[in-house]
Amino acid sequence: MSGMFVHNLRLGARSLRKNPVLTALMVMAIGFGVAASMITYAVFRAVSGDPIPQKSSQLFVPLIDNRGPQYNLEGEPPNALTYTDAVALMKAHRAKRQTVLYQVGLSVMPQQANRLPFKAVGYATLADFFPMFDVPFQYGGAWNPADDEARSAVVVIGRKLNQKLFGGANSVGREIVLDDQPYRIVGVTDDWDPKPRFFDMFSGNAYADPSEVYIPFHYAVEHGIDTYGNNNCGSDGKRGIGREGWLRGECVWISPWVELDSAADVAAYRQYLTSYAQDMRSAGRFDWAPNVRLRDVNDWLDYCHAVPPESRISLVIAMGFFAICLVNTIGLLLAKFMRRSSEIGVRRALGASRADIYRQFLAEASMVGVAGGVLGVLLTGIGMFGVGLVFQPQIARLAHLDLSLVALSLLVAVFATVVAAFYPTWRAAQVQPAWQLKSN
Amino acid sequence: MLQIKPILAALKRHKAGTILIAMQIALTLAIVCNALFIIQQRVERLSRPTGMDENNVLAIQNRWVSVDGKDTGPLIKADVQALRQTPGVQDAFATNSFPLRGGGWSTGVNLVPKNEGKPAAQTTLYFVDDHALPVYGAQLIAGRNFTPDEVITADPKDIKSTPQVIVSKALADKLYPKGDALGKQLYLGGKDVPSSTIIGIVARLQVPWSGTWADDFNDNAMLLPVQLTSNYTIYLIRAKPGQLADVIKSAPATLLKTSRMRVISGDRAVRTYEQVRGDAYKNDRGMAILMGVICVILLAITAAGIVGLTSFWVGQRRKQIGVRRALGATKRDILSYFLTENLMIGVAGVVIGVGLAIGMNLWMVSQFEMARLSIAYVLVGVVALLLLGQAAVLAPAMRAAKVPPVEATRSV
Repeated sequence: MSGMFVHNLRLGARSLRKNPVLTALMVMAIGFGVAASMITYAVFRAVSGDPIPQKSSQLFVPLIDNRGPQYNLEGEPPNALTYTDAVALMKAHRAKRQTVLYQVGLSVMPQQANRLPFKAVGYATLADFFPMFDVPFQYGGAWNPADDEARSAVVVIGRKLNQKLFGGANSVGREIVLDDQPYRIVGVTDDWDPKPRFFDMFSGNAYADPSEVYIPFHYAVEHGIDTYGNNNCGSDGKRGIGREGWLRGECVWISPWVELDSAADVAAYRQYLTSYAQDMRSAGRFDWAPNVRLRDVNDWLDYCHAVPPESRISLVIAMGFFAICLVNTIGLLLAKFMRRSSEIGVRRALGASRADIYRQFLAEASMVGVAGGVLGVLLTGIGMFGVGLVFQPQIARLAHLDLSLVALSLLVAVFATVVAAFYPTWRAAQVQPAWQLKSN
Repeated sequence: MLQIKPILAALKRHKAGTILIAMQIALTLAIVCNALFIIQQRVERLSRPTGMDENNVLAIQNRWVSVDGKDTGPLIKADVQALRQTPGVQDAFATNSFPLRGGGWSTGVNLVPKNEGKPAAQTTLYFVDDHALPVYGAQLIAGRNFTPDEVITADPKDIKSTPQVIVSKALADKLYPKGDALGKQLYLGGKDVPSSTIIGIVARLQVPWSGTWADDFNDNAMLLPVQLTSNYTIYLIRAKPGQLADVIKSAPATLLKTSRMRVISGDRAVRTYEQVRGDAYKNDRGMAILMGVICVILLAITAAGIVGLTSFWVGQRRKQIGVRRALGATKRDILSYFLTENLMIGVAGVVIGVGLAIGMNLWMVSQFEMARLSIAYVLVGVVALLLLGQAAVLAPAMRAAKVPPVEATRSV
């Protein structure tokens, strides 16, 4: 049986060599088709993955409509909370873990006087942030909830910043100066940068550079550290005057997260959100029925259109492209196989069964598939350099040619070519032995 | 054209090949039409004018360190003075944003003080001084520029409106369609916010955003004479002609000499306007290039497929061609037979393809907020594919025409 397979491969190779142009056309069609699909798929895979698979169904974004039906966007609450609502939700403490966060951009003052200050971007958040999102630590750990309440000047820094400031040494307990304020380092995170950055979709940071500092939320607000991310005041004009007015006003700029383990907990939390909005209505702040949302990570990413339209459009176009390449291959294989009708007739007359013909031609087709796949992998490799042309560098960086993509390219190429070869092979197997001999 | 009947008879015997070529033409048409349309839309976006004279303009993003936002007023004034005196600099000013920057302020504008309902127009706000118009290179088509004493210094969170504003023509026309906006009032909020008078109109000024969501108010801009005191300041600088390359180096150095308490770092901190434009439309340009590459490869593959299948047919029918030649058909007759055959398959293909193209576009419209495909693209695609088919079939058809009549007498 295996001897027969090798024989078939040899027959195939000879036949492919006989029509080098036709063979090259087929290999190129498959190669280009596979490459186009794989490049766009690599980008799509990079941007549509689950950033925190182990917990994505336990982490939720609670949102409350503070705009009302007249101003909200198509009935949806804004994508973040006001300071008032964020503080109220944290105070109620109805979830197992909960945090709020907003982006901060702080200037880091190096200890050496001759070095210029530089900017470090990160988040003001609460102690639960770290266990909720499974943040890995290189040294130390998160600050305590008590530090949140005490407004302690503590900071968690990223591995890269630690490298820059302390040469990668354990810096826990040391002090750094951010925006003129001294902070005590309590932890250094390992490299951690979930993509898309689901917890800060509101500020458009889905694919932003890794964050480098984390400071306590209440401390940041009290020290007048403004958001470095988005601030959405809607169009109802209730902005308030000055910083205090803005803080107490209806502008949204804080992303909230809660961790809920069971369906019952989710239902209970949704109930709580509704009753909170109801309370606001009774208090005269809202004059509309409670309109709240509670989405888990994947629903939230869907809702925020985390996958950029460029990626989806090019994936669709590339799939169409691949389909055309396959139709093309079917046509060329048909031409190639039917040209050999007389050869098939002779083989059939000499006793070859239909199954033998099938095996011979499918073996030949799979050789085309393998060659096309190899070409496809090469073109995919080259194309990866071009990805930066189409997508933002932050997204392009995520797409890369790894072993699984190479394997997938080859598999798709061979599988698709063999599927494409079925019809031409079937036609070849229909050739009648007697008829061919007669016509000669 | 008299050959249609025999061609149909021949095609019936080659159903599979005929269907495959027609299908390939149909699918190619669908993809190429949509790709061309995407290219055209992207090119149209990225060639929108900003209203600025974009040559010789430099933008620096500056962040103050160790200074309270409220206290940055004198520092910004000193910076602007120093920049204006830097050799090679023609003029400079401090602002919150500029066209195509990526981030900025937007707000609703009304003709009466009101807080509720849809605003009369949406606009972006640029906080500038009296040097903004010369630095933009924007064309003032009515009214006047700000005077230095109209420029106030204020905190971003306190500022609600200013007595004078300059607006872009698009915004002026949206608010006052009769074209008499100059000297009229507009409102940036409710009753507690004082009105503003339009003292000047510029021909055009784009918003800071290049995304589709801002397309509705792409050219609606308003200039307010305010020097914002903030931790975050942007300097827009116009270099003297030919001196931009020097200013790229000297301007940040000037700022650091004035004060070291600042951060000017990151790949977007110092950008020429050419870079600003490139960054803003990176995705659009990339998408257009990608679609162009896909179109070219696709057309090449389709052409190759037609060449391959037609060559096969010619090879198969050598004997019949020889018979026809022996019976008196000229070379031209044979050539036109294959060209007509291809044209018939092509027409069948494009008829299906037009349907597919429109279907694909409708689906993409529903998925990606794309515009409706204009019929012109479909027509261009149809003509292109029919021509491509004819060109691809030419070589095998010419080979067929060369088959000698004596072929009829040979057996295989």
